Amino acid sequence: MDHYTLLNPVIGGILIGAASLLATVLSGKIPGISGVFGRLLVPATPDKAWRAVFLLGLISGAALSFALWQSAAFYRPMRPLAVMAIAGLLVGFGTRLGGGCTSGHGVCGVGMGARDSIAATLIFMGTAMATVFLYDRISL
Amino acid sequence: MKAGKLILILGAGGLFGAGLAVSGMTDPARVIGFLDVSGAWDPALLLVMAGAVGVYGLGMLVLRRVGGRSLKLPSGVSSPIKGGLVIGAAIFGVGWGLGGFCPGPALANLGALRAEALLFVPAMAIGMFVAQRFFGADRQS
Repeated sequence: MDHYTLLNPVIGGILIGAASLLATVLSGKIPGISGVFGRLLVPATPDKAWRAVFLLGLISGAALSFALWQSAAFYRPMRPLAVMAIAGLLVGFGTRLGGGCTSGHGVCGVGMGARDSIAATLIFMGTAMATVFLYDRISL
Repeated sequence: MKAGKLILILGAGGLFGAGLAVSGMTDPARVIGFLDVSGAWDPALLLVMAGAVGVYGLGMLVLRRVGGRSLKLPSGVSSPIKGGLVIGAAIFGVGWGLGGFCPGPALANLGALRAEALLFVPAMAIGMFVAQRFFGADRQS
């Protein structure tokens, strides 16, 4: 897999769906990344072990894929670091206030046909598209 | 959780991270290419979502049939759509469009020690902490 083809997103999507399914069965929870990560920051969270191990696996699996396949290692940063810091704050705050991100709402919630997740996914896709549209026109 | 289960969940995390990398979702240009509907639109993210939603949705249907009550599965029933969900999702989208990172890909890029991720992830943790500590967004699902 040196060259990126349409098979990349198809295979990757199937892997993400299967991994989410496995994590749901093992944890009994919806394994959205923002929820898994965010609740590690709450002292009272009782089930921290699987959350930390799942995220460690995620980082390791990505690192291994970057090393193995050129098509996985493509990385083209688009924004200055100052913008990335602001983006991180907004993503962290918004995903926890909104109860999920692209995985918890977008993959798991939509996959189960939950109306709140479908609404959230349409909203964050919409504001993300509007932000990209405006960024290219406003930024100096 | 027992050690055997934790090893399996390490594997699940590994598959998730591999999926993000193989699909190209760790490349901000590809994600922003999808979000940029007025430019040269990149459909990859839509294919990723379709595959993941399909596998997860079908898998949960089968597991509910086959596994019955022996499996402890989340209900998947929608909560009422409240202001927090609408405002939070809207703010998340603005951050996603600004950076081209959502939480999974940001964490995955830590695996290559990329500067954007090393800055984005701590900022994301601060944002999460504020939402949970001061806006009541820490209830267990």
